[in-house]
Amino acid sequence: MVEMVALNATDRIQDDLLLRSCIQCGDCSGVCPLGYLMDFPPSKIIADIRSETYARVTKGDSVWMCIACSACTTVCPMQIPVTLNVMSRTKEELVLAGNVPPELQAALENSQRYGNPEGESPRKRADWIKGITPAIPVFGREKRSADILWFVGDYASFHPRVQQVTRAFARLLQLLKVDFAILGVDEVSDGDSQRLAGERGLFEYLAEKNSRSFGKYSFNKIITTDPHAFNGMKTEYPKLGYSYPVQHYTEFLVEHLDQLKPMLCKEVKAKVTYHDPCYLGRVNKIYDAPRTLLAAIPGLTMVEMPHTRQNSLCCGGGGGGMWLDGFQWNKGHARVSEWRVGEAARTGASLLVVACPYETPRFEDAVKTTGRVEQLAVKDIIELLVDAI
Amino acid sequence: MKIAVPTQLVPDLVEELVVDASGSYLDPSTVRWVLNEFDDYAIEQAILLKERKGGQVTVLTQGLDGADDALFAAAAKGADRLIKLNGDFETGVKIHALARQYLPVLKALAPDLILTGVQTHLNLDGTLGPILAESLGMPYVGYVSGVTLGDGKVTVIKEYPGGLRAEMEVSLPAVLGIQSSDTPPRYVPISKIRQVMKTSKVDEEDCGDMDESGSVLVDNLLVPESSEKAEMIEGDVDAVAARLVEILKEQGVL
Repeated sequence: MVEMVALNATDRIQDDLLLRSCIQCGDCSGVCPLGYLMDFPPSKIIADIRSETYARVTKGDSVWMCIACSACTTVCPMQIPVTLNVMSRTKEELVLAGNVPPELQAALENSQRYGNPEGESPRKRADWIKGITPAIPVFGREKRSADILWFVGDYASFHPRVQQVTRAFARLLQLLKVDFAILGVDEVSDGDSQRLAGERGLFEYLAEKNSRSFGKYSFNKIITTDPHAFNGMKTEYPKLGYSYPVQHYTEFLVEHLDQLKPMLCKEVKAKVTYHDPCYLGRVNKIYDAPRTLLAAIPGLTMVEMPHTRQNSLCCGGGGGGMWLDGFQWNKGHARVSEWRVGEAARTGASLLVVACPYETPRFEDAVKTTGRVEQLAVKDIIELLVDAI
Repeated sequence: MKIAVPTQLVPDLVEELVVDASGSYLDPSTVRWVLNEFDDYAIEQAILLKERKGGQVTVLTQGLDGADDALFAAAAKGADRLIKLNGDFETGVKIHALARQYLPVLKALAPDLILTGVQTHLNLDGTLGPILAESLGMPYVGYVSGVTLGDGKVTVIKEYPGGLRAEMEVSLPAVLGIQSSDTPPRYVPISKIRQVMKTSKVDEEDCGDMDESGSVLVDNLLVPESSEKAEMIEGDVDAVAARLVEILKEQGVL
């Protein structure tokens, strides 16, 4: 006779978070780029949940070293969603307890109040379009439909360096005669990084706001230059009932390659290396589209870094990382972005090519802090494409 | 222990400041109201005191756009009662007038301790704390960066310029002008704020006519003009120092 044993609270938590199958192999903690600086790396957190000593994890703050790069999730032999169910879940507990580093607190409060983590005036979200001719179409009372809704994003809208990429992308869309429009001041942060930083309520609030704006207009699909926004809208928004077809710009441009390729007639003579963004590559498995675009640029030689494709080394921006530099530097005097630009420089490339709005400023900063300004420049694929036109 | 926190909503400096056609106040249609930063610390200090020794915290503010956001956030942090003053605050009411509006409400609350932000960037005619204290016949200490509760009294840390701090004992009831709380204002997740919006309510108090006597009259309000001039001084330390001395002499400073 089999005796039925009631599930206790810990068993139920494990079942909810799919942690029962963890074999404590430690692959997650081992592959984690900043795991060595955590008091409780992923596998240890799972162990603490099991032994009902999770309280000591939530009393600490080393989970804020996690940049949600998803390397742990990718290598887990039991396919446990470690990033979401262990790391972000722990961050959620800390957020509820108010145990949030001040930089991140400011970013979350800004997202709540201004609809962007930078704390910029929401009224100025579309100011980057000033001076562009022909004028960038904006959805509004006079324009209610377009083929494509271009979701611009926080850093692409406000950060001076990333605005350059944004304007270059606008140029590409216009040259390709794409029928597009942007939401303008009605757009708020996609919220995906805030979600992974433990503020699920904030994510839902932002998603709600965006979907209300989406609902006012008619369009066939959403495109974005931001892999985080892409991830949020592709995977998470549908869970809230907001389902739209969405593409990252690399996929979109590859679809238009027949039209684009003949325009790329200027040689861009450079040896480049491409960095797979975590939320484009590892998380959403888009590795080839960016490489196809680079291959279409005449004169370009592409070399791969040792950490390539699904083994890409994070820039450090995800999961709240964009707003945790001070905290993380204090903890470990290490920056993954600095490791990565070192790796890029060692390939002999003069250009590190990216496809995410976090990366251009982060890697440029790392190039400056590691004294590589003469050696290595950072550009988005979009900028190289425009250079070749 | 009853604590009252009368606060002020001020124009959010993230937005551009546009002067009204009259030239004497900001164009209300462009202003976005935000809780005064020092009042954020005052609320946090009140909640900390409540967490340590129990009691009731009432947070009050002007009935402007953004009042509900500020009050519900305070409730999510632990405030018990929320009060909004209904009146004409859009053109930036003077402190003397605001104090007169708060007075009857505070008298009715009869708090043991009143905490308010020590200053705002709008305070042309004084700060709220001392005016309230004088009207209520209570002692006032400003620039407070730490409060400990005692029996019928509080011990406060008052900050002076030059890094000096004084520890003072103040008998209750009293008014304190808060510069900073013992620990920084806590983060409140939006889920908690939304939860609290369903369970808390904001009480409204109607204001009488604004009595601005004792205030200053604003003749003309001007946005500072920004111009561009930056001289980047190149060279080694000695060259830079020499050039700086030259500039200071040119400007008549040396």
